[in-house]
Amino acid sequence: MTAASVPAGRSLFRAAELIGDILSRPSGAIGLTLVALHLLIALAAPLIVPYDYKAISSLLMLKPPSTAHWLGTDHIGRDVLTRTLLGGREALLVTTIATPIAVLWGGFLGILFGLSGGWLDDMAMRLVDAVLSLPKILFVLTAAAVLGAEPIVLVPMLAFFYGVPVIRVARAATHDVVARDFVTASRARGHSRFDIIMREILPNVRDVLLVEGAMRWSWMLLTFSSLSFLGFGVSPPTPDWGLMIKDASPVMSFAWWAVLAPIAALSTLIVGINLSADALAKALGIDRAQKAPV
Amino acid sequence: MGATLIDVRNLSIGFAARDGAMLPIIRNIDLAVREGETVGIVGESGSGKSTLALAMMGYLKGGLRVLSGEARFRARDTFALSNRALEEIRGGDLALIPQNAGQALTPTLRIGAQMEEALRLHSSVPSAGRAWRSRELLAQVRLPDPAALLARYPHELSGGQQQRVAIAMALAGEPNALLLDEPTTGLDVTTQAHVLELLRDLASRTGTAMVYVSHDLGAVARVCDRVVVMYAGEIVLDGSARDVLRAPAHPYARGLIASIPRLDIPVLPEAMEGRPPRPGGAGAGCAFAERCPLVVDRCHSQRPELEDRGGGVRIRCHRAGEEVRSGATRKRTIPRQRRMDGDGRELFSLADVSISYARPGFIDQLLGRTSAGVPTVDGVCLSVVRGETVGLVGESGSGKSTILKAIAGLVPPSSGTVWFDGAPLDSHVDRRTNMERRRIQLVFQNPDASLNPRHTIAEILAQPLRLYLRLDAAAIRERSVALLDRVRLGPHYLERLPSQLSGGEKQRVAIARAFAAEPEIVLCDEVTSALDVSVQAAVLGLLDQLRSENGTTCLFVSHDLAVVRALVDRVVVLYQGRICEAGPVADVYAMPSHPYTEMLLGAVLEPDPDHAPVLLGEDVVERAPPAQGCPFQRRCHRKLGAICETTAPPSEESGGGHIIRCHIPREELARLQGAAPASPTRRTSSGID
Amino acid sequence: MLRLIVRRLLLGLVTIGLVVVLIFVAVEALPGDACTAFLEREAQGQLLENCRKERGLDRPAVARFAGWLGGALLGDFGRTASGELSIAEIVGTRARNSLLLAGVATLMGIPLAIFLGVVTALRRDRWADVSISSLAILAMTVPEFVTATVLLLVFSAWLGWLPGVVLVSANAPLSALLPQIILPVITVTLVLTAHILRMVRSSVIEVMSSDYVQMARLKGVPYWQIVFRHVLPNALPPAINVVALTIAWLLGGLVVIEIVFNYPGLGRLMIEAITQRELAIVQTVALILALVYVGVNLMADVLTLVFNPRLRTMHGRER
Repeated sequence: MTAASVPAGRSLFRAAELIGDILSRPSGAIGLTLVALHLLIALAAPLIVPYDYKAISSLLMLKPPSTAHWLGTDHIGRDVLTRTLLGGREALLVTTIATPIAVLWGGFLGILFGLSGGWLDDMAMRLVDAVLSLPKILFVLTAAAVLGAEPIVLVPMLAFFYGVPVIRVARAATHDVVARDFVTASRARGHSRFDIIMREILPNVRDVLLVEGAMRWSWMLLTFSSLSFLGFGVSPPTPDWGLMIKDASPVMSFAWWAVLAPIAALSTLIVGINLSADALAKALGIDRAQKAPV
Repeated sequence: MGATLIDVRNLSIGFAARDGAMLPIIRNIDLAVREGETVGIVGESGSGKSTLALAMMGYLKGGLRVLSGEARFRARDTFALSNRALEEIRGGDLALIPQNAGQALTPTLRIGAQMEEALRLHSSVPSAGRAWRSRELLAQVRLPDPAALLARYPHELSGGQQQRVAIAMALAGEPNALLLDEPTTGLDVTTQAHVLELLRDLASRTGTAMVYVSHDLGAVARVCDRVVVMYAGEIVLDGSARDVLRAPAHPYARGLIASIPRLDIPVLPEAMEGRPPRPGGAGAGCAFAERCPLVVDRCHSQRPELEDRGGGVRIRCHRAGEEVRSGATRKRTIPRQRRMDGDGRELFSLADVSISYARPGFIDQLLGRTSAGVPTVDGVCLSVVRGETVGLVGESGSGKSTILKAIAGLVPPSSGTVWFDGAPLDSHVDRRTNMERRRIQLVFQNPDASLNPRHTIAEILAQPLRLYLRLDAAAIRERSVALLDRVRLGPHYLERLPSQLSGGEKQRVAIARAFAAEPEIVLCDEVTSALDVSVQAAVLGLLDQLRSENGTTCLFVSHDLAVVRALVDRVVVLYQGRICEAGPVADVYAMPSHPYTEMLLGAVLEPDPDHAPVLLGEDVVERAPPAQGCPFQRRCHRKLGAICETTAPPSEESGGGHIIRCHIPREELARLQGAAPASPTRRTSSGID
Repeated sequence: MLRLIVRRLLLGLVTIGLVVVLIFVAVEALPGDACTAFLEREAQGQLLENCRKERGLDRPAVARFAGWLGGALLGDFGRTASGELSIAEIVGTRARNSLLLAGVATLMGIPLAIFLGVVTALRRDRWADVSISSLAILAMTVPEFVTATVLLLVFSAWLGWLPGVVLVSANAPLSALLPQIILPVITVTLVLTAHILRMVRSSVIEVMSSDYVQMARLKGVPYWQIVFRHVLPNALPPAINVVALTIAWLLGGLVVIEIVFNYPGLGRLMIEAITQRELAIVQTVALILALVYVGVNLMADVLTLVFNPRLRTMHGRER
């Protein structure tokens, strides 16, 4: 089942069909539920949290879970549940903005190079190879340290480094499509380049990019939380899972709740995205297992 | 005849649908094969013939399950055997020759290692003697230089060689029964003819029983004594090859045979409308009822049994007992209408066109080397008159598709010009005018690839209408419905996606798309080679009808000489991108011929047990044409000598525009070929009346 | 074949050239330099100018690039901002430590991954496959620091079986380091194994469904001979590239893992350098990591060529 067709009126129907297909697979149903839950919590958290996320109390330091504090308190007496519910907002905000940007610019250039071929393509691919071989995390860390870990810095950084591999994927997908007879047929009929890209190539590359986007999203979340964990990301007292894990890990031998709560939250989100991506890939008929973690 | 070797009893095999229902692929198969018997199982794609053959070895493809019955080999049910017992039988007493040997040989193992493995597992040859025995087996399947071959990897062999290796491997265990699963599909005609002769020879010499699965009745006719016809997972007819092919008692078999284009009957074959039911969709009645010309009420409600009618004939048809054969008097196919529109003026021509595919590699470019290769297509001249249908024939690598692409402006010629309606066409499609492009339309071989899977049929048909005719939405829809109607598809197809159509339906849409542009010339690239034979007949008929109604000129590329014979006015025979022979179709198909044409015609198979192909020359595959002289020099069975290697043959033209490019004078060719048994003025075997 | 390898090596050289330029440009693009970092608040006026002159930072960028590149080629990466220590020395020790961690993990991980990948593929959709594959997905998707933290929590904090945080100096001898690295190695191995396992599994499944494996069955080849003679030689080479990419990825992942375990490797050095604005060290580490990435991928490509008879006997032309 590879869903329906292109015309604009149909895209809604197609999207609904696709989501239906994803939900009909166990991994997709679990994955999408997890992701939806996380998004919902991120949006509604400020309204539902029981405590002030920055309220410090020396009396409440490292209290185990209780009826008052369901998930206990942290090393300076803040409510862990409150901070866990709020802890994904910054990460989700940055990554949900950066993901589409990465997929769009990477996809655009990838399709362009895939179509142009020749020396432009050759040169561009060498450059892409070079950028891919740079240690991403080092550059993101340095930028965050020097320029500050604001969304205005992180969004472009993440969008750049995660957009580069998209170029490769989009280019390969374009190459595959361009070699197909229906593109040749379109060329022989004399449609304009623009027409061919929009009508023949894009609809077929789009699916690959969709799956790619889902995976980029989860990897960006990973990098973002690593950043906080290393102390270069979100600055205290803003609640963030990576930061919470960092703060709680020295005391985890006796205050396991403070570290396990953000771990569970972060893990369920990332696993949820990955399960959804898997189901999406299957629904679209794309093999995902052969992808490396670039 | 000896004892029963293979005995399939009431076997049904199916798979579980998404909703859990079991859908059968084959249903209630009863089939026994005795020692030394050669049985052909024929049917179109989806008929379950391969599933049946593999079941005889106790093998099911992923997801399939036995629903009932058993498949016995030497009185033991193969599905009940242990793995060890099965390993013993498979490749030993019962061996398989696979469909696509290129993919059935393990790519990382040398031929020698794979032969050695077969001998180690299934023969008593001691390890020291296996290399010798391997060479002997390879020589037995007539492979040249077996010793060198043992050190090769599968991909270094040609398709025909790979197939022979697969045969040699199957013979390693000295089997009593061979299963052959489409063993010659995908091979060129001359190679196919050689492989078939080898198999035929094996059967008669060693007395090995054979079960030969194929869609190609010509191949089956060549090898088998007995033919079983399958339709929608059932055996519908079983009998001697002569009975089944000459006087098919089942309406499906009759339709199938009638839909095969014949070399000796230059008319379009008769089409069978409709398509077989999907697995599980046969309903309560006869699976063929929907398409049957003899259908009566009973056929829809009651499933006919496979009845033994004596004389070794079994048939599954309610009307078999009645005087069916008279009721089935087949309408003699109408001879093709030749409508050479009016003026006889040249519409378009190729003037000395050469095409080089080989592009210099990266390092070559770096070093400034240019490719010194011989051009893929060289010096092709061709003139086509308005309204005419011209065929381009040749084996794979003959450059026939490349020429079409050059005309369409997709592959620029390295030299020469394409003229269209008195003016030269730009070599690149992008630089042609919209009007020029509209007048030349292309239909591709594989509709799966040429229709965008993401577009509805409406969208696919709208593209040329919008581009060339600038119609508005309402007019596009109206025109699309009319186009679909002309290819005999209902308006409800507009909303469908290509994946929801059968192969034949897809190709009809592709043809409709080409004719939507109201072209003056349609370029057809192997348009029926991906289709089943009954579907092919329908598509050919449609194409011919559209062509003649519109007065469209048509350039028809095919490897199938019989199809070309039925469809075209003039034909050009190509070898390695060079013209060997050209002229009116009747002249080219009659002697005297260029030796290559002679070889091709000799290799053509007919669904007739009495027709024997004539093998001329060796079965070799050339990867590149020779740099000078006659392109056919290396394979030619009538090669004169040095002159063929050094001098390009002159093109000798007789009256009526029949050209033969050969150093042998026409009269001499006529004398040689008149004496040879390859004469195509063969007795008209009336297998279909 | 030789031509293909030469071609691949040439392309690798082009990439390395580009990498060198990119790293230099990226560090240049950041505001501030070694002197502003070293002098901190006093970085202005005469003091800053003197410092820059002393370190040659006043030269034009191209000259500095040439100088840096020339030094790097000779193994001289300059000195730290405070001017006391040789960067090559610091980085060398740390690189050794990281190499130890990555090396042990790779040596354990690759065979384990191949074994588990083959097992899961052959037992496809049985419980062994489902449980191992699910674990692998978990190990792949969850951030490395989470895996590390959980392992630390379970094996060190709760069970007390293994030493937790590494407490040795960077230049400790290997014998002192080895017993300390069990948990870090387990963490790295886990993630590495998960990635490679997935690839091996899908590759084996694909080959198992190929025509030639079906044919091998129909030729009566016993099951284990099919696996070892017909499946693995065809299934493993495609996995080589993923192994390379995973090893290269590991270099980034190590940063986080080293921090969790306080392990004195390149990753921790990197964090320290960034915190202290030692951009010359950052530059050097970036260069080393990038070179390893390019090198490993190059090796993988060449190996793939060598293992594939189709490519081995092919003469010339495009990928």
